[in-house]
Amino acid sequence: MPDTIAVDVTRYRPDRDDRPTTQRYEIPLRKEWTVLDGLNYVKDRVDGTLSYRWSCRMGICGSCGMTIDGDPKLACETFLTDHRPGPVRVEPLHNFPVIRDLVVELTDFMAKLPRAKPWLVTDSDKPPPDAEYRQTPAEMDEYKQYSMCINCMLCYAACPVYGLERDFLGPALIALAQRYNLDSRDHGADERLEVVSAPEGVWDCTFVGECSRACPKGVDPAGAIQRYKVTAAKETLRSLLLPWGRR
Amino acid sequence: MTTRRPVEPVLWLAFSAGGMLSALLVPVLLLLFGLAFPLGLLPAPDHAHLHALVRSPVTRLVLLALTVLALFHAAHRLRYTVRDGLQLKRLERLVDALCYGGAVAGSALAAYLLATIS
Amino acid sequence: MTEYTGLYQRLYRTRVPILWWLRRRSYLAFVVRELSSVFVAWAVVFLLLLAHAVASGPRQYQSFLAWSAAPWVLTVNAVALALVVYHAVTWFNVAPQALVLRVRGRRVPARVVAGLHYGLWALVSAVVAWIVI
Repeated sequence: MPDTIAVDVTRYRPDRDDRPTTQRYEIPLRKEWTVLDGLNYVKDRVDGTLSYRWSCRMGICGSCGMTIDGDPKLACETFLTDHRPGPVRVEPLHNFPVIRDLVVELTDFMAKLPRAKPWLVTDSDKPPPDAEYRQTPAEMDEYKQYSMCINCMLCYAACPVYGLERDFLGPALIALAQRYNLDSRDHGADERLEVVSAPEGVWDCTFVGECSRACPKGVDPAGAIQRYKVTAAKETLRSLLLPWGRR
Repeated sequence: MTTRRPVEPVLWLAFSAGGMLSALLVPVLLLLFGLAFPLGLLPAPDHAHLHALVRSPVTRLVLLALTVLALFHAAHRLRYTVRDGLQLKRLERLVDALCYGGAVAGSALAAYLLATIS
Repeated sequence: MTEYTGLYQRLYRTRVPILWWLRRRSYLAFVVRELSSVFVAWAVVFLLLLAHAVASGPRQYQSFLAWSAAPWVLTVNAVALALVVYHAVTWFNVAPQALVLRVRGRRVPARVVAGLHYGLWALVSAVVAWIVI
């Protein structure tokens, strides 16, 4: 195995660049090293001006999402040896505006997130419980998969519709809405329906499925969205055919 | 943020039903009538048999359902492909009208054809 | 609508290229899958033409059979068949993602759901073939 590998990293310095450029660095090729280790090596020893986000370096914080050799990946989970002989292209996450180098602007997602009401909505008719909520393992199983989202935004980078439709709520947001809808402690399904069954909610999705392929935590947002389409369709039929019915 | 449009779920249901029905029925029918019989790989059924089949109200109902749903399935998919693939979101209303309008026209024609079989 | 952080002027935005769907194999496969619906529509039109020919009499039926043996019609139908099968396969393969079933508290595995769809496909095809032939 050779000693080093080249990484071609996107550089964008808003104070001096009009458009991004690429800078090549030679980094050690160690069999346990990930792209994140390589970037940290560059920042520590070669070029301290390189900017990127990272934190836990173990695939749970969701900070280090980047486009590596064309695929949306977590830099801390992408081994350099898997991209031999290189050079490894490291670009910022697709579909987001670039602030600097590999750092992208995530405000669009953050602004849309509260609309999914990603919290337990209580039943306002009842007083608050005086003991803890109880939930069986089967009840937790219903939503557990969708609770694994680490907001890494790889699904948004993978989704062609998000790149094209600025208003699309996106995979992670709808999966998160499902996480609460399917939680037995939650009573907010009606409120979320209004938001998520708007045209910029589930109906913009054409089930490309790339979001689920990109997801490092197995959340399957594509599945969450399709299931939600069924729910929304059932709800529409119910309200059209039985308008007097009460949920 | 736009308000819910109740037509979207209904269109999606038509797309979904059309996709399922066409996936189940079209391959075998196209294999037989599009390739096997014309190429002589299998003997083509005689006219009397097919005529009896086509005259039956069950067959006509199935064919009508298949046609209407398959056309709406195609219209729905084409609409999104044109909107996203050719990035024609600004012509959204026109694309929608052409796609679903075509499906409606085709369905009307199919209904007429199937209703007037004797 | 969204409040940007004050770095707005210097954000670099990449425009989505018109041929974005050629950039990845999976995107191209997706567009082919979507366009297969056009061939589904063609197949359905073809079957309606056949039904009309049958209803019009034995002579029209024979001339329809002769027409469908013309090289260009055969080619179109061969391509259509390939794409219609592609539609069916991609449809059944993603069905488990949309259809989450639980039996006695345990989730039905994806391959079982897909397998049930394929089984239904085989059954329906056999029944139709038996009726027609």
